[in-house]
This record gives sequence, structure tokens and C-alpha cells, in this order.
Amino acid sequence: MVILLCKRLAQAFLILLGVAAITFVLLYALPADPARMIAGRSATAQTVASIRHELGLDQPLLVQFWTYLTGLLQGDLGRSYAQKTEVWTLIAARLPATLTLMAAGIFVEVVLGITFGTIAAVRRGSFVDRLVMTASFVGVSAPQFVAALLLLYVFAVTLGWFPMSGYGSFAHIVLPALTLGILGAGWYARMVRSAMIEVLNQDYVRTKGLSSRRIIFRHALPNAILPIIAMIGIDIGQFMGGVVVVEAVYGWPGIGQLAWQAIQQVDIPIIMGVTLTSALAIVAGNLLADLIAPVIDPRIRTS
Amino acid sequence: MTVLRSLFRQPSALFGLAVVLVVVVLALAAPLVAPFNPDEQMFDGLTLEGAPMPPGGQFLLGTDTLGRDLLSRMLYGARTSLIIGLVANGIAVAIGLFIGIVAGYLRGFMGNVLMRFTDLMMAFPALLLAIVLAALMKPSLWIVAMVIALVNWVQVARIVYTETRGLVERDFIMAERSLGAGHGRILLLHILPHLIPTAIVWGTLGIATTVLLEATLSFLGIGVQPPQPSWGNIIFESQSYFQAAPWLVFFPGMVILLTALAFNLVGDALRDILDPTQRGRG
Repeated sequence: MVILLCKRLAQAFLILLGVAAITFVLLYALPADPARMIAGRSATAQTVASIRHELGLDQPLLVQFWTYLTGLLQGDLGRSYAQKTEVWTLIAARLPATLTLMAAGIFVEVVLGITFGTIAAVRRGSFVDRLVMTASFVGVSAPQFVAALLLLYVFAVTLGWFPMSGYGSFAHIVLPALTLGILGAGWYARMVRSAMIEVLNQDYVRTKGLSSRRIIFRHALPNAILPIIAMIGIDIGQFMGGVVVVEAVYGWPGIGQLAWQAIQQVDIPIIMGVTLTSALAIVAGNLLADLIAPVIDPRIRTS
Repeated sequence: MTVLRSLFRQPSALFGLAVVLVVVVLALAAPLVAPFNPDEQMFDGLTLEGAPMPPGGQFLLGTDTLGRDLLSRMLYGARTSLIIGLVANGIAVAIGLFIGIVAGYLRGFMGNVLMRFTDLMMAFPALLLAIVLAALMKPSLWIVAMVIALVNWVQVARIVYTETRGLVERDFIMAERSLGAGHGRILLLHILPHLIPTAIVWGTLGIATTVLLEATLSFLGIGVQPPQPSWGNIIFESQSYFQAAPWLVFFPGMVILLTALAFNLVGDALRDILDPTQRGRG
């Protein structure tokens, strides 16, 4: 177990290094020039050159990457070009908002997914089952921004129940969390359904003559816990990668918004920082799923 | 043929197939069926106050903020979405097939390097990467297609890799090899044909992902650039106006949803038919 953990951690570390290297090279190779962006349109070539020198952008790629990497290994993500602040400070200030939204979204997903997945499994083959399965497909095929705009139109513009955008109170989080939750719940519902059906079809369940409530809650539902945890692990990564869109529509002041502003200003250190944070979340999510599974299910531990 | 017959037996797949057909035909026939020029800013396309016209009357789905006919723009937008869907996804499947086959067949050092690279790409925040790439390059239809292809090949590569590894172990490949067949012959005649169902399934499912990704990038203003219409940029252009003119979000949004849903339904049904071992998996 300890050896496995060390191995996985080392692997995760290497993957993050790789992500850093690829992102760095990509950003270096792209035609956007941060020095010109900072200098402004009317700046002379000399000003641009001096800014470039100041930022160290006139050095060879390898030297630049080495500087970044040595900083990174000491936990230093560099300084923002435009805001002149430590990137880590900026990200740390935005992270709570993003994590809150993520937790709320996943909560909605899991609650909806378990509820509808269970209903579908118990009544498999029925009209309700087909309805749930179809709805789950619609959910996973829907573009996030469209769902977000529609929810805004119905519940904020027309009914006025929730604020259009912003951050701070419980009312603010309802619509963004619902957007994430309703669309993502489809995956959970499908998985809960198939995990439960697997148990419901077992001979021991069919012959014991237990009450259906006992079967569902003591036998069938626990079988769905592992897949749900694995799903949450994947979801964390998915969410962090896609957070820009929801945060843009709802004006949610998280790291997605930070990244979006940075992209428009070609603020490369922030873009790097957010990309690495997202990659870290993806790796950590997968790790979480892999490590929690054997704790819950002893059968996996031995293999 | 049996594949088609099985498809027709499932109502949801049939529905998906019908929607796909309608979208393809309308996109191809856009110049014939579109009631107006999609780029023309019509004088009577705006109300006296300069607001977009609601659906109904002369403009079936209403007009946008510049007085252009929404239905015509959406019909031409279908072309954009489908072109990107086919090109981007075609490239993605091709890259995925190539890397997956090579890694699965060679194994050894090269195979390992390729698969570790694929693992690495799995840890990349795909949408964020696409947004960064699209935003920092001068966006155009082809750049968007390339960005999407660059992000989407990874899953195909992993699946193809697993299947190729399984195939390489099979007796008929061993027999072929002992008869003196070269790598090229084995790969082209014996391994690739077995992967075609996988390529078809992921090709279809991938179009759904691609259509969604293109719409998202265009919605953020970094995808297909106006005046060239795309379903995503129609919403982008009218976003600030959506409280007053919700149809400008609703209609293109529904079309994006329907198209992605249709390709997902067909792809899912194809997976069930072509690969029974995957049945019921997410």
C-alpha cells in the first residue's frame, strides 16, 4: 500500500512536470507577445525590447524554462505581468470561490444522480426508466453555457428568484451549481443504475425474499458507492478544466475568471499557474479515486 | 446492413439518425432553403426602436441585433459546425488511431513513450488548453478545428492502444507472423480492419464533443469569427441582449443540444451493436 502510494505520487509528480513543460513550450511558441501587450499599442520598439528584457523573455527557451522550473520546485509560480503580484497569491485568493462552486455542483450531481439512478434501476425497463436514461443523455449533450443562460433567463430574469451574477450569498451559488449539477447528473444516474442492476440481478438478492427497501439500501446502493467515488475523482478534474465557461457566464470570481482575464492580457505566468492548478486537480482527483477504492472495498486491496 | 437494421430497431438511435440526416441535408442545402442572405443587415429586420424582431411573420425565427435573419444564419451555421465536426474529429481519430496502433503494436520503449505521453495529455485540462490556444492565435475556422483535434485525440488513442494490444496476442497474428508477414502487412491487413468499428463509434461520439467544443469556443468569442455564422457565435453576439431577445439564445442553443444529442445517441447505439462487450458502460 505504501509502495503503491509512493509510486503513484511519483507518477503524478512527473505528469505535472510534463504538463508544465508542454504548456510552457506552447505558450512560448504562440504568436501572442506579452511584452507588446504590456507596452501598449503606441510604445516604441525600444520600450518593448526593454520590457522584454525585464521579464526575461529575450532569453533562450531552455533558460526561461529552467528559471521557471527552479521557481516552481520551490513553490514559486512567478509574478503576473499585468498585476505585478505573485501568481500564487492571486490563485489562492480565487481558489475558495472555485472550490465552493465545485463542491456545490458535485453535491447536486450526486444527489440527482443517486435519486434518479435508483428510481431507474428499481423500475428498469419501464417508461420511467427510459425517461431517466433519455434525460441523462440530454444532460450530457447540452452545452454548459446554453443551460446557464436558460436558467438565468427563467429564474433570474423572468421569475427574479436569484441574482443574475455575483458571489457572496447562498442565492448566488444556486444557479451555477444547478447548471453544473443538472448537466453532469446524467453520468451518475447511468452509473448508479447499472451498478444497482448488477446486484438486483444476483441470485442471492432474488431468492432471499427480503423487503425491497432492504435490498435497495443494504445491497444494491452500496454497490454504487465505488463507481460514484471514482466518478467524483474524474469530475473534479473535468470541472477544473471547464470552470472558465460557467464562471464567465455567472461572473463568479474564481480561478476560471482569473484565467480568462489573463488570457486576454497574454499574462503568461497566470495562465501557467491556472493550467497547473487544474492539472493538479485532475491528477489528484484520479489519485483520490484510486486510493479510496481499496479502503472501501477490501477485494481490491489484495489484487 | 445488419448494423443499419439494428440501428433502426432502437427508437432513440432512429431519432438520432433522423436528426443527423436533417442537419446534414439542411446544411448542404443552406443556399437553397435559407430565406435570406445570412449576412445581410436588413432595414426591416429591426423594430423602430432598433431592437431585434421577435420570431414570427416575415422572419420565422426572428432577427438578431444587426437585423439579420436568424433562421438563415442558423442554416449557414450548421455548415460551420459540421465542417468543424468532420475535419477536427477526423484528424483527432486519425491521430488517435495512429498513436494507439503504433504504441500497441511496438510496445517496448517507443510504445511506452507514446503511452506515457498519452497519460500526460489525459492530465491536461482540455477545455482550458483549447481556450488558451484558440485565444492566443488569430482565430479562424481552421485554427478552431486544429485546436479541437489537438485536444480530442487522446481518448481514441487509449482505446485503440488497448484493443491493438489484445489483437497482437491473438493466434491469427502469430500465425501470420510465422508465415513471414512484415509489420506493414500485419498492421494494414490484420490490425487496422479490426479497429474500424472502434473508429466509427468514436468518430460519431467525437462529433458530439466537437460540436459542443466549437460552440463553447465561439460563445467565448475565440472560435469562429463573425460575420461567418456559427451556432456558438450567434449566441456570443447576442449574449448582452438575451434578456430582451431570448430567442437569440434559445434557438441556436436548442440546435446545438439536438445535434450533439443526435450524434451521441447514434454513437452510443453503434457502440452497443459493434462492440457487445462495452454494452451498458458509460
